[in-house]
Amino acid sequence: MYAQGLIGADGKTGESPEFLEAFQKRIDAEEKIEPNDAMPEGYRKTLIRQIGQHAHSEIVGMLPEGNWITRAPSLKRKAALLAKVQDEGGHGLYLYSAAETLGVSREQMTEELHSGKAKYSSIFNYPTLTWADIGIIGWLVDGAAIMNQIPLCRCSYGPYARAMIRVCKEESFHQRQGYEIVMTLAQGTPAQREMVQDALNRWWWPVLMMFGPHDSDSQHSDQNMAWKIKRFSNDALRQKFVDATVPQGEYLGLTFPDPELKWNEEKGGYDFGPIDWDEFWRVVKGGGVMNRDRIRDRKAAWENGAWVREAALAHAEKRRQRAAEAAPIAAE
Amino acid sequence: MALFEALLELADDHLVLGHRLSEWCGHAPMLEEDLALPNMALDLIGTSRTLYTYAGEVEGAGRDEDALAYLRDEMEYRNCLLVERPNGDFAQTMLRQLYFAAFMEPYWKAALESPDETVRGIAGKAVKEMAYHIRHAGEWVIRLGDGTEESARRMQEAVEELHRYTDELFHSSAAARGVDALPDRAAIRPEWDRVIGEIFAEARLEIPQVPFPQQGGREMQHGEALGHMLAEMQVTHRAHPGAVW
Ligand SMILES: [Fe+2]
Ligand SMILES: [Fe+2]
Repeated sequence: MYAQGLIGADGKTGESPEFLEAFQKRIDAEEKIEPNDAMPEGYRKTLIRQIGQHAHSEIVGMLPEGNWITRAPSLKRKAALLAKVQDEGGHGLYLYSAAETLGVSREQMTEELHSGKAKYSSIFNYPTLTWADIGIIGWLVDGAAIMNQIPLCRCSYGPYARAMIRVCKEESFHQRQGYEIVMTLAQGTPAQREMVQDALNRWWWPVLMMFGPHDSDSQHSDQNMAWKIKRFSNDALRQKFVDATVPQGEYLGLTFPDPELKWNEEKGGYDFGPIDWDEFWRVVKGGGVMNRDRIRDRKAAWENGAWVREAALAHAEKRRQRAAEAAPIAAE
Repeated sequence: MALFEALLELADDHLVLGHRLSEWCGHAPMLEEDLALPNMALDLIGTSRTLYTYAGEVEGAGRDEDALAYLRDEMEYRNCLLVERPNGDFAQTMLRQLYFAAFMEPYWKAALESPDETVRGIAGKAVKEMAYHIRHAGEWVIRLGDGTEESARRMQEAVEELHRYTDELFHSSAAARGVDALPDRAAIRPEWDRVIGEIFAEARLEIPQVPFPQQGGREMQHGEALGHMLAEMQVTHRAHPGAVW
Protein backbone atom coordinates (compact mmCIF):
# COMPACT_ATOMS: atom_id res chain seq x y z
CA MET A 1 0.00 0.00 0.00
CA TYR A 2 1.02 3.54 -0.28
CA ALA A 3 0.56 6.90 1.30
CA GLN A 4 -1.59 9.18 -0.78
CA GLY A 5 -0.08 12.29 -2.28
CA LEU A 6 2.08 13.66 0.52
CA ILE A 7 0.12 15.74 3.00
CA GLY A 8 1.45 18.69 4.91
CA ALA A 9 5.12 18.42 4.04
CA ASP A 10 7.14 21.52 4.69
CA GLY A 11 9.91 21.75 2.14
CA LYS A 12 11.34 25.01 3.52
CA THR A 13 15.07 25.03 3.56
CA GLY A 14 17.72 27.54 4.65
CA GLU A 15 20.91 26.69 2.79
CA SER A 16 22.98 29.04 0.64
CA PRO A 17 22.03 29.43 -3.01
CA GLU A 18 25.40 27.92 -4.04
CA PHE A 19 24.80 24.79 -1.98
CA LEU A 20 21.28 24.41 -3.30
CA GLU A 21 22.44 24.91 -6.84
CA ALA A 22 25.16 22.28 -6.53
CA PHE A 23 22.65 19.87 -5.00
CA GLN A 24 20.18 20.55 -7.79
CA LYS A 25 22.89 19.80 -10.35
CA ARG A 26 23.38 16.36 -8.89
CA ILE A 27 19.63 15.76 -8.96
CA ASP A 28 19.38 16.99 -12.56
CA ALA A 29 22.19 14.64 -13.54
CA GLU A 30 20.06 11.77 -12.10
CA GLU A 31 22.67 11.03 -9.46
CA LYS A 32 21.31 9.14 -6.47
CA ILE A 33 21.57 10.94 -3.14
CA GLU A 34 22.90 8.59 -0.47
CA PRO A 35 22.56 8.76 3.35
CA ASN A 36 25.96 10.36 4.05
CA ASP A 37 25.70 12.96 1.29
CA ALA A 38 25.10 16.61 2.09
CA MET A 39 21.48 17.50 1.43
CA PRO A 40 19.22 20.46 2.05
CA GLU A 41 17.31 20.30 5.31
CA GLY A 42 14.02 20.65 3.44
CA TYR A 43 14.88 17.68 1.26
CA ARG A 44 15.71 15.55 4.28
CA LYS A 45 12.57 16.60 6.15
CA THR A 46 10.31 16.04 3.19
CA LEU A 47 11.71 12.56 2.69
CA ILE A 48 11.41 11.63 6.35
CA ARG A 49 7.83 12.75 6.24
CA GLN A 50 7.03 10.96 3.00
CA ILE A 51 8.82 7.69 3.81
CA GLY A 52 7.35 7.76 7.31
CA GLN A 53 3.82 8.25 5.95
CA HIS A 54 4.44 5.46 3.52
CA ALA A 55 5.74 3.10 6.21
CA HIS A 56 2.81 3.90 8.50
CA SER A 57 0.41 3.24 5.64
CA GLU A 58 1.85 -0.24 5.20
CA ILE A 59 1.48 -0.98 8.90
CA VAL A 60 -1.98 0.52 9.40
CA GLY A 61 -2.97 -1.14 6.11
CA MET A 62 -2.47 -4.52 7.75
CA LEU A 63 -5.56 -3.89 9.90
CA PRO A 64 -8.43 -3.63 7.39
CA GLU A 65 -7.26 -6.70 5.49
CA GLY A 66 -6.30 -8.51 8.68
CA ASN A 67 -9.98 -8.12 9.55
CA TRP A 68 -10.79 -10.92 7.06
CA ILE A 69 -7.97 -13.41 7.68
CA THR A 70 -9.99 -15.32 10.25
CA ARG A 71 -13.09 -15.38 8.00
CA ALA A 72 -11.50 -16.08 4.61
CA PRO A 73 -13.84 -18.38 2.68
CA SER A 74 -11.31 -21.06 1.69
CA LEU A 75 -7.96 -22.30 2.97
CA LYS A 76 -6.23 -21.19 -0.20
CA ARG A 77 -7.57 -17.64 0.18
CA LYS A 78 -6.79 -17.62 3.87
CA ALA A 79 -3.16 -18.49 3.23
CA ALA A 80 -2.85 -15.99 0.37
CA LEU A 81 -4.35 -13.18 2.43
CA LEU A 82 -2.13 -13.96 5.39
CA ALA A 83 0.90 -13.88 3.11
CA LYS A 84 -0.21 -10.59 1.60
CA VAL A 85 -0.74 -8.90 4.94
CA GLN A 86 2.65 -10.20 6.00
CA ASP A 87 4.18 -8.67 2.86
CA GLU A 88 2.73 -5.31 3.85
CA GLY A 89 4.42 -5.61 7.23
CA GLY A 90 7.66 -6.36 5.39
CA HIS A 91 7.19 -3.21 3.30
CA GLY A 92 6.76 -1.25 6.51
CA LEU A 93 10.01 -2.70 7.78
CA TYR A 94 12.06 -1.77 4.67
CA LEU A 95 10.55 1.69 4.68
CA TYR A 96 11.28 2.36 8.34
CA SER A 97 14.84 1.27 7.62
CA ALA A 98 15.03 3.66 4.67
CA ALA A 99 13.74 6.51 6.87
CA GLU A 100 16.26 5.60 9.57
CA THR A 101 19.07 6.37 7.13
CA LEU A 102 17.88 9.98 7.35
CA GLY A 103 18.42 10.14 11.09
CA VAL A 104 15.02 9.35 12.55
CA SER A 105 14.33 6.28 14.69
CA ARG A 106 11.52 3.79 14.26
CA GLU A 107 10.36 4.51 17.84
CA GLN A 108 10.10 8.20 17.08
CA MET A 109 8.11 7.55 13.92
CA THR A 110 5.85 5.12 15.78
CA GLU A 111 5.17 7.71 18.46
CA GLU A 112 4.29 10.26 15.82
CA LEU A 113 1.82 7.84 14.27
CA HIS A 114 0.19 7.18 17.63
CA SER A 115 -0.03 10.84 18.57
CA GLY A 116 -1.64 11.69 15.24
CA LYS A 117 1.29 13.90 14.22
CA ALA A 118 2.25 11.61 11.36
CA LYS A 119 -0.32 10.70 8.74
CA TYR A 120 -0.99 7.48 6.87
CA SER A 121 -3.03 6.83 3.78
CA SER A 122 -6.65 7.72 4.46
CA ILE A 123 -7.89 4.78 2.45
CA PHE A 124 -7.34 2.60 5.52
CA ASN A 125 -9.88 4.58 7.48
CA TYR A 126 -12.65 2.88 5.54
CA PRO A 127 -14.02 -0.40 6.89
CA THR A 128 -13.75 -3.81 5.19
CA LEU A 129 -17.32 -5.09 5.31
CA THR A 130 -17.38 -8.21 3.15
CA TRP A 131 -14.95 -10.71 1.66
CA ALA A 132 -15.27 -8.85 -1.65
CA ASP A 133 -13.49 -5.89 -0.07
CA ILE A 134 -10.35 -8.02 0.04
CA GLY A 135 -10.49 -8.50 -3.73
CA ILE A 136 -11.30 -4.86 -4.39
CA ILE A 137 -8.50 -3.65 -2.11
CA GLY A 138 -5.96 -5.83 -3.89
CA TRP A 139 -7.14 -4.78 -7.31
CA LEU A 140 -7.69 -1.06 -6.68
CA VAL A 141 -5.77 -0.02 -3.58
CA ASP A 142 -2.66 -2.01 -4.41
CA GLY A 143 -3.23 -0.98 -8.03
CA ALA A 144 -3.24 2.71 -7.09
CA ALA A 145 -0.20 2.08 -4.91
CA ILE A 146 1.66 0.72 -7.92
CA MET A 147 0.79 3.77 -10.03
CA ASN A 148 2.15 5.96 -7.26
CA GLN A 149 5.20 3.88 -6.52
CA ILE A 150 6.57 2.91 -9.92
CA PRO A 151 7.86 6.47 -10.41
CA LEU A 152 9.32 6.35 -6.89
CA CYS A 153 11.63 3.56 -8.00
CA ARG A 154 13.49 6.43 -9.69
CA CYS A 155 13.26 8.77 -6.70
CA SER A 156 16.45 10.78 -6.19
CA TYR A 157 17.02 9.36 -2.71
CA GLY A 158 18.83 6.03 -3.15
CA PRO A 159 17.58 4.01 -0.16
CA TYR A 160 13.95 4.95 -0.87
CA ALA A 161 14.25 4.18 -4.58
CA ARG A 162 15.79 0.78 -3.85
CA ALA A 163 13.13 -0.08 -1.25
CA MET A 164 10.48 0.83 -3.82
CA ILE A 165 11.85 -1.54 -6.44
CA ARG A 166 11.45 -4.44 -4.04
CA VAL A 167 8.06 -3.27 -2.83
CA CYS A 168 6.65 -2.72 -6.33
CA LYS A 169 7.29 -6.31 -7.34
CA GLU A 170 5.21 -7.55 -4.43
CA GLU A 171 2.49 -4.94 -4.95
CA SER A 172 1.94 -6.05 -8.52
CA PHE A 173 1.55 -9.60 -7.28
CA HIS A 174 -1.04 -8.35 -4.77
CA GLN A 175 -2.85 -6.47 -7.49
CA ARG A 176 -3.12 -9.53 -9.73
CA GLN A 177 -4.26 -11.64 -6.81
CA GLY A 178 -6.91 -9.05 -5.90
CA TYR A 179 -8.17 -8.91 -9.46
CA GLU A 180 -8.38 -12.68 -9.49
CA ILE A 181 -10.57 -12.63 -6.36
CA VAL A 182 -12.77 -9.99 -7.99
CA MET A 183 -13.00 -12.06 -11.17
CA THR A 184 -13.98 -15.19 -9.24
CA LEU A 185 -16.73 -13.29 -7.43
CA ALA A 186 -17.93 -11.56 -10.59
CA GLN A 187 -18.32 -14.96 -12.25
CA GLY A 188 -19.86 -16.53 -9.14
CA THR A 189 -23.32 -16.78 -7.61
CA PRO A 190 -25.75 -13.83 -7.71
CA ALA A 191 -24.91 -13.10 -4.07
CA GLN A 192 -21.19 -13.04 -4.86
CA ARG A 193 -21.75 -10.73 -7.84
CA GLU A 194 -23.80 -8.40 -5.69
CA MET A 195 -21.13 -8.46 -3.01
CA VAL A 196 -18.35 -7.48 -5.38
CA GLN A 197 -20.37 -4.72 -7.07
CA ASP A 198 -21.21 -3.29 -3.66
CA ALA A 199 -17.53 -3.33 -2.67
CA LEU A 200 -16.57 -1.53 -5.88
CA ASN A 201 -19.25 1.08 -5.21
CA ARG A 202 -17.86 1.76 -1.75
CA TRP A 203 -14.15 1.81 -2.62
CA TRP A 204 -14.02 3.54 -6.00
CA TRP A 205 -14.10 7.17 -4.89
CA PRO A 206 -11.85 6.74 -1.85
CA VAL A 207 -9.33 5.02 -4.12
CA LEU A 208 -9.33 7.97 -6.54
CA MET A 209 -8.63 10.19 -3.52
CA MET A 210 -5.48 8.16 -2.79
CA PHE A 211 -3.64 10.18 -5.43
CA GLY A 212 -4.08 13.32 -3.34
CA PRO A 213 -5.54 16.76 -4.03
CA HIS A 214 -5.69 18.28 -7.49
CA ASP A 215 -2.40 19.70 -8.70
CA SER A 216 -3.86 23.19 -8.42
CA ASP A 217 -4.43 22.62 -4.66
CA SER A 218 -1.29 20.69 -3.91
CA GLN A 219 1.31 22.73 -2.03
CA HIS A 220 5.03 21.99 -2.27
CA SER A 221 4.51 19.92 -5.39
CA ASP A 222 6.89 22.01 -7.50
CA GLN A 223 9.82 21.74 -5.09
CA ASN A 224 9.31 17.98 -4.74
CA MET A 225 9.23 17.64 -8.51
CA ALA A 226 12.45 19.62 -8.83
CA TRP A 227 14.11 17.42 -6.20
CA LYS A 228 12.75 14.35 -7.96
CA ILE A 229 11.09 13.08 -4.83
CA LYS A 230 7.96 13.19 -6.89
CA ARG A 231 7.99 12.43 -10.60
CA PHE A 232 4.41 12.89 -11.80
CA SER A 233 1.59 15.12 -10.68
CA ASN A 234 -1.33 13.76 -8.62
CA ASP A 235 -3.79 14.36 -11.44
CA ALA A 236 -1.61 12.71 -14.07
CA LEU A 237 -1.27 9.56 -11.95
CA ARG A 238 -4.98 9.52 -11.17
CA GLN A 239 -5.83 9.76 -14.85
CA LYS A 240 -3.44 6.96 -15.68
CA PHE A 241 -5.02 4.80 -13.01
CA VAL A 242 -8.57 5.42 -14.23
CA ASP A 243 -7.58 4.68 -17.81
CA ALA A 244 -5.95 1.40 -16.84
CA THR A 245 -8.64 0.27 -14.40
CA VAL A 246 -11.99 1.01 -16.04
CA PRO A 247 -11.57 -1.51 -18.88
CA GLN A 248 -10.56 -4.19 -16.35
CA GLY A 249 -13.81 -3.62 -14.45
CA GLU A 250 -15.97 -3.45 -17.54
CA TYR A 251 -14.46 -6.70 -18.77
CA LEU A 252 -15.95 -8.36 -15.68
CA GLY A 253 -19.34 -6.72 -16.18
CA LEU A 254 -18.91 -4.42 -13.20
CA THR A 255 -20.15 -0.84 -13.24
CA PHE A 256 -18.35 2.12 -11.71
CA PRO A 257 -20.35 4.40 -9.40
CA ASP A 258 -19.80 7.49 -11.55
CA PRO A 259 -22.45 8.55 -14.08
CA GLU A 260 -19.99 10.96 -15.67
CA LEU A 261 -17.37 8.29 -16.39
CA LYS A 262 -16.98 8.24 -20.15
CA TRP A 263 -14.25 7.56 -22.72
CA ASN A 264 -13.02 10.77 -24.29
CA GLU A 265 -11.67 9.97 -27.71
CA GLU A 266 -10.05 13.35 -28.11
CA LYS A 267 -7.88 13.19 -24.98
CA GLY A 268 -7.42 9.43 -25.28
CA GLY A 269 -8.55 8.88 -21.70
CA TYR A 270 -11.63 8.72 -19.51
CA ASP A 271 -13.50 11.72 -18.22
CA PHE A 272 -14.78 11.24 -14.71
CA GLY A 273 -16.98 13.07 -12.23
CA PRO A 274 -15.90 15.46 -9.46
CA ILE A 275 -14.21 14.02 -6.39
CA ASP A 276 -15.77 14.91 -3.04
CA TRP A 277 -12.83 16.73 -1.48
CA ASP A 278 -14.84 17.55 1.62
CA GLU A 279 -14.99 13.85 2.33
CA PHE A 280 -11.28 13.50 1.63
CA TRP A 281 -10.31 16.23 4.12
CA ARG A 282 -12.82 15.01 6.68
CA VAL A 283 -11.23 11.54 6.66
CA VAL A 284 -7.67 12.92 6.61
CA LYS A 285 -8.51 15.00 9.67
CA GLY A 286 -9.81 12.03 11.62
CA GLY A 287 -13.49 11.92 10.65
CA GLY A 288 -13.56 8.59 8.81
CA VAL A 289 -15.45 5.60 10.16
CA MET A 290 -12.30 3.76 11.24
CA ASN A 291 -9.75 6.50 12.10
CA ARG A 292 -10.10 6.11 15.84
CA ASP A 293 -10.18 2.31 15.68
CA ARG A 294 -7.05 2.10 13.57
CA ILE A 295 -4.96 4.23 15.88
CA ARG A 296 -6.44 2.62 18.96
CA ASP A 297 -5.50 -0.83 17.60
CA ARG A 298 -1.96 0.24 16.74
CA LYS A 299 -1.50 1.84 20.16
CA ALA A 300 -2.94 -1.20 21.92
CA ALA A 301 -0.54 -3.51 20.08
CA TRP A 302 2.37 -1.25 21.01
CA GLU A 303 1.37 -0.77 24.64
CA ASN A 304 0.42 -4.41 25.21
CA GLY A 305 3.76 -5.41 23.75
CA ALA A 306 5.84 -3.08 25.92
CA TRP A 307 6.61 -5.76 28.52
CA VAL A 308 7.77 -8.12 25.75
CA ARG A 309 10.15 -5.56 24.27
CA GLU A 310 11.46 -4.67 27.74
CA ALA A 311 12.01 -8.33 28.54
CA ALA A 312 13.97 -8.85 25.31
CA LEU A 313 16.25 -5.94 26.21
CA ALA A 314 16.66 -7.09 29.80
CA HIS A 315 17.51 -10.61 28.69
CA ALA A 316 20.07 -9.39 26.17
CA GLU A 317 21.66 -7.29 28.90
CA LYS A 318 21.80 -10.27 31.27
CA ARG A 319 23.47 -12.33 28.57
CA ARG A 320 26.01 -9.63 27.94
CA GLN A 321 26.82 -9.38 31.63
CA ARG A 322 27.11 -13.12 32.07
CA ALA A 323 29.43 -13.33 29.09
CA ALA A 324 31.56 -10.52 30.55
CA GLU A 325 31.71 -12.27 33.94
CA ALA A 326 32.52 -15.62 32.41
CA ALA A 327 35.27 -14.27 30.14
CA PRO A 328 38.10 -13.78 32.71
CA ILE A 329 37.44 -17.22 34.23
CA ALA A 330 37.62 -18.83 30.83
CA ALA A 331 40.90 -17.02 30.18
CA GLU A 332 42.57 -18.32 33.33
CA MET B 1 -10.07 -46.12 7.87
CA ALA B 2 -8.03 -45.34 10.99
CA LEU B 3 -5.62 -43.52 8.66
CA PHE B 4 -8.37 -41.04 7.79
CA GLU B 5 -9.03 -40.25 11.46
CA ALA B 6 -5.32 -40.05 12.24
CA LEU B 7 -4.76 -37.62 9.34
CA LEU B 8 -7.65 -35.50 10.59
CA GLU B 9 -6.10 -35.34 14.06
CA LEU B 10 -2.96 -33.95 12.53
CA ALA B 11 -4.71 -31.64 10.07
CA ASP B 12 -7.04 -30.22 12.70
CA ASP B 13 -4.14 -29.53 15.07
CA HIS B 14 -2.33 -27.64 12.34
CA LEU B 15 -5.30 -25.64 11.11
CA VAL B 16 -6.57 -24.68 14.54
CA LEU B 17 -3.15 -23.58 15.75
CA GLY B 18 -2.44 -21.78 12.45
CA HIS B 19 -5.74 -19.96 12.76
CA ARG B 20 -4.93 -18.96 16.33
CA LEU B 21 -1.55 -17.54 15.27
CA SER B 22 -3.17 -15.68 12.39
CA GLU B 23 -5.34 -13.84 14.93
CA TRP B 24 -2.21 -11.95 15.98
CA CYS B 25 -1.61 -10.48 12.54
CA GLY B 26 -1.25 -6.71 12.87
CA HIS B 27 -1.37 -6.81 16.68
CA ALA B 28 2.03 -8.25 17.64
CA PRO B 29 4.36 -6.62 20.20
CA MET B 30 6.80 -5.55 17.47
CA LEU B 31 6.93 -5.41 13.71
CA GLU B 32 9.39 -8.34 13.53
CA GLU B 33 6.79 -10.52 15.26
CA ASP B 34 4.09 -9.22 12.93
CA LEU B 35 6.14 -10.97 10.27
CA ALA B 36 7.18 -14.05 12.27
CA LEU B 37 3.71 -14.98 13.56
CA PRO B 38 2.05 -15.05 10.12
CA ASN B 39 5.07 -16.95 8.89
CA MET B 40 4.48 -19.72 11.39
CA ALA B 41 0.73 -19.56 10.76
CA LEU B 42 1.39 -20.04 7.05
CA ASP B 43 3.55 -23.11 7.73
CA LEU B 44 0.80 -24.67 9.81
CA ILE B 45 -2.05 -23.83 7.48
CA GLY B 46 0.00 -25.05 4.52
CA THR B 47 0.60 -28.40 6.21
CA SER B 48 -3.06 -28.68 7.18
CA ARG B 49 -4.04 -28.24 3.55
CA THR B 50 -1.92 -31.15 2.31
CA LEU B 51 -3.11 -33.28 5.22
CA TYR B 52 -6.78 -32.53 4.51
CA THR B 53 -6.34 -33.21 0.84
CA TYR B 54 -4.74 -36.55 1.59
CA ALA B 55 -7.39 -37.38 4.21
CA GLY B 56 -10.06 -36.65 1.61
CA GLU B 57 -8.39 -39.03 -0.85
CA VAL B 58 -8.11 -41.73 1.80
CA GLU B 59 -11.76 -41.32 2.72
CA GLY B 60 -12.79 -41.48 -0.93
CA ALA B 61 -16.05 -39.61 -0.41
CA GLY B 62 -15.13 -36.63 -2.56
CA ARG B 63 -14.40 -34.22 0.29
CA ASP B 64 -11.66 -31.70 -0.48
CA GLU B 65 -9.63 -29.57 1.96
CA ASP B 66 -12.36 -26.94 2.26
CA ALA B 67 -15.15 -29.45 2.81
CA LEU B 68 -13.14 -30.93 5.67
CA ALA B 69 -12.10 -27.60 7.17
CA TYR B 70 -15.29 -25.58 6.72
CA LEU B 71 -18.13 -28.06 6.79
CA ARG B 72 -17.37 -30.11 9.88
CA ASP B 73 -18.79 -28.98 13.22
CA GLU B 74 -16.99 -28.63 16.49
CA MET B 75 -18.07 -32.15 17.51
CA GLU B 76 -16.29 -33.55 14.44
CA TYR B 77 -12.98 -31.73 15.01
CA ARG B 78 -10.21 -33.96 16.36
CA ASN B 79 -7.58 -31.43 17.44
CA CYS B 80 -6.08 -31.63 20.90
CA LEU B 81 -7.17 -29.04 23.45
CA LEU B 82 -3.77 -27.34 23.57
CA VAL B 83 -4.01 -25.83 20.09
CA GLU B 84 -7.51 -24.43 20.54
CA ARG B 85 -6.58 -22.47 23.68
CA PRO B 86 -7.09 -18.76 23.08
CA ASN B 87 -3.93 -16.78 22.39
CA GLY B 88 -3.74 -15.18 25.82
CA ASP B 89 -0.71 -12.93 26.06
CA PHE B 90 2.47 -13.25 24.02
CA ALA B 91 4.00 -15.56 26.64
CA GLN B 92 1.11 -18.02 26.31
CA THR B 93 1.18 -17.90 22.53
CA MET B 94 4.91 -18.63 22.41
CA LEU B 95 4.74 -21.39 25.01
CA ARG B 96 1.83 -23.09 23.23
CA GLN B 97 3.87 -22.92 20.03
CA LEU B 98 6.92 -24.42 21.71
CA TYR B 99 4.92 -27.28 23.25
CA PHE B 100 3.40 -28.11 19.88
CA ALA B 101 6.55 -27.77 17.77
CA ALA B 102 8.62 -29.74 20.27
CA PHE B 103 6.17 -32.57 19.67
CA MET B 104 5.80 -32.23 15.90
CA GLU B 105 9.48 -31.95 15.03
CA PRO B 106 10.43 -35.43 16.33
CA TYR B 107 7.08 -36.76 15.10
CA TRP B 108 7.77 -35.68 11.52
CA LYS B 109 11.32 -36.90 11.82
CA ALA B 110 9.95 -40.35 12.67
CA ALA B 111 7.44 -40.02 9.83
CA LEU B 112 10.32 -39.68 7.36
CA GLU B 113 10.60 -43.47 7.75
CA SER B 114 6.92 -44.04 6.97
CA PRO B 115 6.02 -46.73 4.40
CA ASP B 116 3.53 -44.18 3.02
CA GLU B 117 5.07 -41.98 0.35
CA THR B 118 2.62 -39.10 0.81
CA VAL B 119 3.32 -39.01 4.52
CA ARG B 120 7.06 -38.95 3.87
CA GLY B 121 6.58 -36.02 1.51
CA ILE B 122 4.58 -34.01 4.06
CA ALA B 123 7.08 -34.86 6.80
CA GLY B 124 10.08 -33.80 4.75
CA LYS B 125 8.80 -30.25 4.46
CA ALA B 126 7.20 -29.97 7.89
CA VAL B 127 10.18 -31.23 9.89
CA LYS B 128 12.27 -28.21 8.86
CA GLU B 129 9.45 -25.80 9.63
CA MET B 130 8.94 -27.28 13.08
CA ALA B 131 12.65 -27.02 13.85
CA TYR B 132 12.34 -23.30 13.10
CA HIS B 133 9.24 -22.98 15.30
CA ILE B 134 11.10 -24.61 18.19
CA ARG B 135 13.95 -22.16 17.72
CA HIS B 136 11.77 -19.10 17.42
CA ALA B 137 9.29 -19.92 20.20
CA GLY B 138 12.03 -21.43 22.37
CA GLU B 139 14.09 -18.26 22.18
CA TRP B 140 11.10 -16.23 23.28
CA VAL B 141 10.34 -18.58 26.16
CA ILE B 142 13.94 -18.13 27.30
CA ARG B 143 13.92 -14.35 26.86
CA LEU B 144 10.65 -13.93 28.69
CA GLY B 145 11.39 -16.49 31.39
CA ASP B 146 14.75 -14.87 32.07
CA GLY B 147 13.88 -11.26 31.22
CA THR B 148 12.17 -8.85 33.59
CA GLU B 149 10.22 -9.63 36.74
CA GLU B 150 6.98 -9.08 34.87
CA SER B 151 7.90 -11.28 31.93
CA ALA B 152 9.08 -14.07 34.25
CA ARG B 153 5.78 -13.91 36.13
CA ARG B 154 3.77 -14.02 32.90
CA MET B 155 5.86 -16.89 31.57
CA GLN B 156 5.36 -18.91 34.74
CA GLU B 157 1.63 -18.20 34.53
CA ALA B 158 1.64 -19.43 30.95
CA VAL B 159 3.24 -22.67 32.09
CA GLU B 160 0.59 -23.12 34.77
CA GLU B 161 -2.13 -22.38 32.27
CA LEU B 162 -0.94 -24.62 29.44
CA HIS B 163 1.13 -27.46 30.80
CA ARG B 164 -1.98 -29.45 31.75
CA TYR B 165 -2.90 -29.71 28.05
CA THR B 166 0.38 -31.23 26.90
CA ASP B 167 -0.36 -34.86 27.78
CA GLU B 168 -2.91 -35.06 25.03
CA LEU B 169 -0.22 -34.50 22.39
CA PHE B 170 0.90 -38.08 23.05
CA HIS B 171 -2.52 -39.66 22.58
CA SER B 172 -4.57 -40.67 19.61
CA SER B 173 -8.27 -41.38 19.78
CA ALA B 174 -9.28 -45.05 19.68
CA ALA B 175 -10.43 -44.56 16.09
CA ALA B 176 -7.03 -43.32 14.96
CA ARG B 177 -4.73 -45.86 16.56
CA GLY B 178 -2.59 -48.55 14.98
CA VAL B 179 -1.83 -46.80 11.70
CA ASP B 180 1.39 -48.09 10.12
CA ALA B 181 1.78 -45.00 7.97
CA LEU B 182 2.19 -42.69 10.97
CA PRO B 183 4.50 -42.70 14.01
CA ASP B 184 3.33 -43.78 17.44
CA ARG B 185 2.56 -40.60 19.37
CA ALA B 186 3.53 -42.04 22.74
CA ALA B 187 7.04 -42.79 21.47
CA ILE B 188 7.72 -39.05 21.01
CA ARG B 189 7.60 -38.39 24.75
CA PRO B 190 11.33 -38.75 25.65
CA GLU B 191 12.46 -36.33 22.96
CA TRP B 192 9.76 -33.81 23.90
CA ASP B 193 10.75 -34.04 27.57
CA ARG B 194 14.38 -33.46 26.66
CA VAL B 195 13.77 -30.37 24.52
CA ILE B 196 11.30 -28.80 26.95
CA GLY B 197 13.62 -29.61 29.86
CA GLU B 198 16.58 -27.88 28.22
CA ILE B 199 14.63 -24.78 27.27
CA PHE B 200 12.95 -24.53 30.66
CA ALA B 201 16.32 -24.76 32.40
CA GLU B 202 17.62 -21.85 30.35
CA ALA B 203 14.40 -19.94 30.86
CA ARG B 204 14.54 -20.58 34.62
CA LEU B 205 11.11 -22.15 34.54
CA GLU B 206 9.85 -25.04 36.64
CA ILE B 207 8.08 -27.95 35.02
CA PRO B 208 4.91 -28.12 37.12
CA GLN B 209 3.19 -31.10 38.63
CA VAL B 210 -0.09 -31.53 36.82
CA PRO B 211 -2.66 -33.21 39.05
CA PHE B 212 -5.41 -33.11 36.44
CA PRO B 213 -4.19 -33.36 32.86
CA GLN B 214 -6.82 -32.10 30.44
CA GLN B 215 -7.79 -33.97 27.33
CA GLY B 216 -10.81 -34.69 25.19
CA GLY B 217 -10.24 -32.97 21.87
CA ARG B 218 -9.07 -36.16 20.21
CA GLU B 219 -12.42 -37.72 21.15
CA MET B 220 -14.16 -34.63 19.77
CA GLN B 221 -15.00 -33.33 23.24
CA HIS B 222 -13.69 -29.76 23.26
CA GLY B 223 -13.52 -26.79 25.55
CA GLU B 224 -15.70 -23.74 24.99
CA ALA B 225 -13.16 -21.86 22.89
CA LEU B 226 -13.22 -23.97 19.74
CA GLY B 227 -16.87 -23.38 18.88
CA HIS B 228 -16.34 -19.62 18.73
CA MET B 229 -13.23 -20.02 16.65
CA LEU B 230 -14.95 -22.28 14.14
CA ALA B 231 -18.05 -20.06 14.00
CA GLU B 232 -15.82 -17.22 12.86
CA MET B 233 -13.65 -19.30 10.58
CA GLN B 234 -16.55 -21.00 8.80
CA VAL B 235 -19.08 -18.19 8.57
CA THR B 236 -18.33 -16.87 5.08
CA HIS B 237 -17.91 -20.27 3.51
CA ARG B 238 -21.15 -21.61 5.02
CA ALA B 239 -23.18 -18.52 4.12
CA HIS B 240 -22.73 -19.36 0.43
CA PRO B 241 -23.25 -23.11 -0.01
CA GLY B 242 -21.56 -24.46 -3.10
CA ALA B 243 -19.95 -21.14 -4.08
CA VAL B 244 -16.48 -21.07 -5.61
CA TRP B 245 -13.99 -18.66 -4.03
FE1 LIG C 1 2.69 -2.67 0.53
FE1 LIG D 1 0.28 -4.59 -1.24
